[in-house]
Amino acid sequence: MPSFVIEEKCDGCKGGDKTACMYICPNDLMVLDVERMKAYNSEPDMCWECYNCVKICPTQAIEVRGYADFTPLGASVVPMRGSEDIMWTIKFRGGTIKRFKFPIRKTPEGEAPPDGGFGVGPGTLDDQLLFTEPASLRADKLWTLGD
Amino acid sequence: MEEFKTVEVETDLLIIGAGMAGCGACVEGAHWAKENNIKVTVVDKAAMERSGAVGMGLSAINQYQGENTPVDYLSYVRQDLMGLCRDDLVMDISRHVNGSVHMFEGFGLPIWKDADGNYVHEGRWQLMINGESYKAIVAEAAKTAVGIDNIIERVFVLRLLLDKNDKNRVVGAIGFSVRDPIIYVFKFKACLVSSGGAVHVFRPRSTGEGLGRAWYPPWNAGSSSYLTTTAGAEMTSQEVVFIPARFKDGYGPVGAWFLLFKASATSATGFNYMAEGLAEGGELHNWPPYGEVKPIPTCLRNHLMMIECYQKGDGPIFIHTDKAIAKIAEQAPNEKAYKKELKKLEAEAWEDFLDMTISQAILWAAKDVFPEEGPSEIMPSEPYFIGSHSGASGAWVSGPEDIQTGESKNEYFWGYNRMTTVKGLFAAGDGVGVSSHKFSSGSFTEGRIAAKAAVKFCVENPEMPGIDAQQVEKLKEDIVRPLKHYEAHKNFTTLGTTKKKYDLPVEEVNPNYITPKMALFRLNKIMDEYVGGWGSMYTCSAVTLNIALDLIKLLKEDLSKLAARNLHELMRCWENVHRVQIAESHTRHKLFREETRWPGYYYRSDFKKMDEGKWGEVFVNSIYDAEKDEFKMTTRPIVHLVDIKEVVGM
Repeated sequence: MPSFVIEEKCDGCKGGDKTACMYICPNDLMVLDVERMKAYNSEPDMCWECYNCVKICPTQAIEVRGYADFTPLGASVVPMRGSEDIMWTIKFRGGTIKRFKFPIRKTPEGEAPPDGGFGVGPGTLDDQLLFTEPASLRADKLWTLGD
Repeated sequence: MEEFKTVEVETDLLIIGAGMAGCGACVEGAHWAKENNIKVTVVDKAAMERSGAVGMGLSAINQYQGENTPVDYLSYVRQDLMGLCRDDLVMDISRHVNGSVHMFEGFGLPIWKDADGNYVHEGRWQLMINGESYKAIVAEAAKTAVGIDNIIERVFVLRLLLDKNDKNRVVGAIGFSVRDPIIYVFKFKACLVSSGGAVHVFRPRSTGEGLGRAWYPPWNAGSSSYLTTTAGAEMTSQEVVFIPARFKDGYGPVGAWFLLFKASATSATGFNYMAEGLAEGGELHNWPPYGEVKPIPTCLRNHLMMIECYQKGDGPIFIHTDKAIAKIAEQAPNEKAYKKELKKLEAEAWEDFLDMTISQAILWAAKDVFPEEGPSEIMPSEPYFIGSHSGASGAWVSGPEDIQTGESKNEYFWGYNRMTTVKGLFAAGDGVGVSSHKFSSGSFTEGRIAAKAAVKFCVENPEMPGIDAQQVEKLKEDIVRPLKHYEAHKNFTTLGTTKKKYDLPVEEVNPNYITPKMALFRLNKIMDEYVGGWGSMYTCSAVTLNIALDLIKLLKEDLSKLAARNLHELMRCWENVHRVQIAESHTRHKLFREETRWPGYYYRSDFKKMDEGKWGEVFVNSIYDAEKDEFKMTTRPIVHLVDIKEVVGM
């Protein structure tokens, strides 16, 4: 079933009423069984395999098994997401293993500046300039019809 | 059933949905709001960090102008949509989009650079990125801009509220928390609908567990279209669906393979359908002027594939990844450089999937596919509704004041940029029609444009309008009806007694209600078989469309008997109400436009040709009267602001 929770690794995010996977799932699929303190994917056939629950899980308790209606068994794609990059391990059905590492961001987490570092430009509510323009365009002026 | 409580939220500008367009609206709106003492609130069905179509990530930014002009971009977009485009909207986004991309880089998004520090282009307009965290980074900037106290997550907005005395003025919205029994009533001066396009209106190709493997995310249920349509806003081009041709089953992206690696595609027996289609006497010349000029429009590329697969029976279509890789690697001067180049290409190819369609990576691994060793299948998907990319459906909005001619200004400008025909109701992203090819960066940009105009609207219309309390009470009852309906009838039939590990939702058979999933399947079947889904080889006619309308009418009646067992299912119920609305709107638009303008998206078997004389100079628009449940169809003129001398390619 698309994303699944490994029973023995899940700790229900240690007693919070909302687990990390419940917080992040864009399709509201993850549910915490509060009696057993285990999360589960409540609607696997609406899972996009976006991996956000996998990436965010603090105990690496969530993995993905490809959609059973067209994906043969035996492969796995497992991410390890850090603060600057992500490492992917791809295990093929036939045994081949590939590993790739890609950068994910260049600013420290929590420090994306809303103006992108361009500051506030000269625009007013009555003109066509967006608030960071023209600096963010790296141009002298904004294009208009006839230019 | 738990008692619901009501929370009222009063603000000036409400942003509904915080995908790329909504995040752009947050960043821009927050600035102008602060300067003018305006309050901005944002509400999202999920968590902003990963909500919307970019939630998984992206491997490219598909709209960056670089040194090209807005007229260049317009030439490409108008060509790609077979002439259907609002010049003012497309050039407006184009002139601002570089700034948004530069801001993304400032937020921290890694954009590929060459040895000289220039962006690496995938194609003329496309930049390669390390986009695993694209949405998270952009959402972070948006959240910082509006402030944590003004963000409401996991609340699904169902319906907009109109002024009691002025039915053409939006004054509020109503929705519910998908986690707690709370109904939210929003009161505002203006709102911005950026709630995405629609998936799962047509039957998806995947079945069973793979139902969720759509190209566009399954959580986009047509809410933008529903909210604007039912508020009485004029809608445009709802007949246009988008059908991406992607790697079979996983729907992995083909852009990098075609544009960056220059891969070719052929039929099963090796027929180079694109080159042959373009050659003298080829199929593309049956679709002048758009078929005769490169780049070949997206629908026509699909059309050529469909001829091979469905008319000639020479499918499937193969993309020759092996030959493309070999050709690039061969250019290396020696064995060592060759191996290095091959390794680099391999990483780039896999990142393309891992950044945005991880399912495709799993599928290749599970089938032991190595792209350097052999070709892979590509296939046209099920139809989607999307105002961006090569789609065009959405709200009919005012354009910018300065990108107009005397003639266009009468038609395309009514005071506030990106305001719909309803006062105070703005839209952006996949919710705006005929401003195609905006992609992630252009959607963010359109959100910025709309939010600035919406703040201006709030400043110039300072009085807080009143909501209709009676309407609110009625909607509150409607919202929870599926839960009550379930409670009232659930004991009529038996349910299996197997002791379950968890309380998994099992489909129930009950003559008094239908579950949201069955309502979804019913809609999917109607649309697929009568309105031109993949099951009918994308073909429909007046006869089939009218049958669909009869079936949709029955389905709409049965939607009042939806049953929900919990809040999650209540969300699914309302998502399907949203889907059915765009399905009907789409069917009516398709019926009205008596021609085949986008072969490869859909075919009218009773009007097989493009009719440039009758339909080439108009948009098909519609207005829905919610009280009477009636659509009024109309046309609006296509006014060209500039003459295109030469189409600028991909």
